[in-house]
Amino acid sequence: MIKVFKYFTQVLLCLLMLSACNTTKKKDIVAIVYQCPMDCENGKTYDRLLSCPVCKMDVTVITEDSKVLSDGEDVASIFNLTSKWNTQDGETIMLKELKGEVLVMVMIYTSCKAACPRLVADMRNIHAKVKQDNVKYVLISIDPETDTPERLKAFAKENFMDNEQWVFLQGTLDDVREFSNVLSVKYKQISPIDFSHSNIISVFDKKGVLFHQQEGLGVDNKSTVDKILELSI
Amino acid sequence: MIRSIIVFSLFLGSFFAVAQENLEMKIVKGGSFVPLYGSDSAAVYVRDFKMDVYPVSKQDFLEFVANYPKWRRSNVLELFADKNYLRKWQGDTYLGKDINPKTAVTNVSWYAAKSYCQEKGKRLPSMDEWEFAAMASKTTPNAQRDSIFNRFIIEGYEIPKTFKNEIGSTYKNYWGLYDMHGLVWEWTSDFNSVLISGESRQDKSTERNLFCGSAAVNATNLMDYAAFMRYAFRGSIKANYGIQTLGFRCAKSIKK
Repeated sequence: MIKVFKYFTQVLLCLLMLSACNTTKKKDIVAIVYQCPMDCENGKTYDRLLSCPVCKMDVTVITEDSKVLSDGEDVASIFNLTSKWNTQDGETIMLKELKGEVLVMVMIYTSCKAACPRLVADMRNIHAKVKQDNVKYVLISIDPETDTPERLKAFAKENFMDNEQWVFLQGTLDDVREFSNVLSVKYKQISPIDFSHSNIISVFDKKGVLFHQQEGLGVDNKSTVDKILELSI
Repeated sequence: MIRSIIVFSLFLGSFFAVAQENLEMKIVKGGSFVPLYGSDSAAVYVRDFKMDVYPVSKQDFLEFVANYPKWRRSNVLELFADKNYLRKWQGDTYLGKDINPKTAVTNVSWYAAKSYCQEKGKRLPSMDEWEFAAMASKTTPNAQRDSIFNRFIIEGYEIPKTFKNEIGSTYKNYWGLYDMHGLVWEWTSDFNSVLISGESRQDKSTERNLFCGSAAVNATNLMDYAAFMRYAFRGSIKANYGIQTLGFRCAKSIKK
């Protein structure tokens, strides 16, 4: 009987401790401080939305932590992305490490038999026409589970794209999905080895802002080449 | 003795954390189903997962932007949101008198929705998960062939300005989820896997069954005209768009 009583008090104690825990946790999450926009009451704050008793204006949220968030990058720049990527040489980089050069980007996967070889050929044709050193050609895999850095390296060699101007990137599934949205590329896995995807080559200026997109396969790349040349000067 | 209390309370602690979450999320028991785009009638398997009971409300999102300044309207990067982001809000962290905080947050970009869920330890549901959860009527987990339920959904699309209604104002489905239809459209993590927009005309590997005429003929389930509308909508939007009728809710994987 005493044993039962002991257990009972234990449970009760725990419950008490826990409910205490829970309330503090909740406060942490939704701690919003409101204040009258005219500051009629000398810094008086409220914990919920209501009207200021003096001037009758609705109170607004005040927070001190409005700092510069974009690290000085252009507001439309892809260098604001914080995702990490593995290169074909096994390095881990963020996109902003590619800053300072014109970027030509495309999404592919190496086991692709239909559109990708032609997309890759399009990239090589652009590269051959541009002939500038300060341009990087970036190929992002939409199949990061298959396309390891080793596999990307082998692909680069097979396709004669194995030098500093060519960057192959492997990311997480989530980051690849996010980046596809940045490039307005749509893709979907349709079988364990196949994807359908849109064929878009994107050109970014040295600040990482999208400048030009070429859609389709084997299209005339003159305007793309011109844009790259214009940016790389 | 003290040790046993500590161990016991830890155990109870996790129990209560779970209980708390169960109030706002419900378990959706996974299974196979044939989504609209399965031209070859390929069934998709969805694992068990948890989903928010309601779409995220404006009040929820207001608290989020208050705590995460980078998602306030005046701070948000152009990369992550277009000009329609939280457009009708009176201020950065202030809805204004005319906006009901209990309505679903809309005019949010995919990036913002994704970030919101991440900060809550959750994620956006995949399109398959969302569709799976949404095919449940009040009484059955799969009402794809229930003509009354399908008509209810389609009629819901015809009612204007349902985004002005409060969350929880429609119906509670089999899983205990509210407002899966009849309130707002919702973002999914892989919404951009629907290939029907402009560029797909130039691509070889498009989903022809999603093109207007042929789609209507080839759709796996003719009853699912409503689903066709949802896929078409997803295929037409971009991740930085803010749309007045598009909100979101979060999901969570269940650890085995």
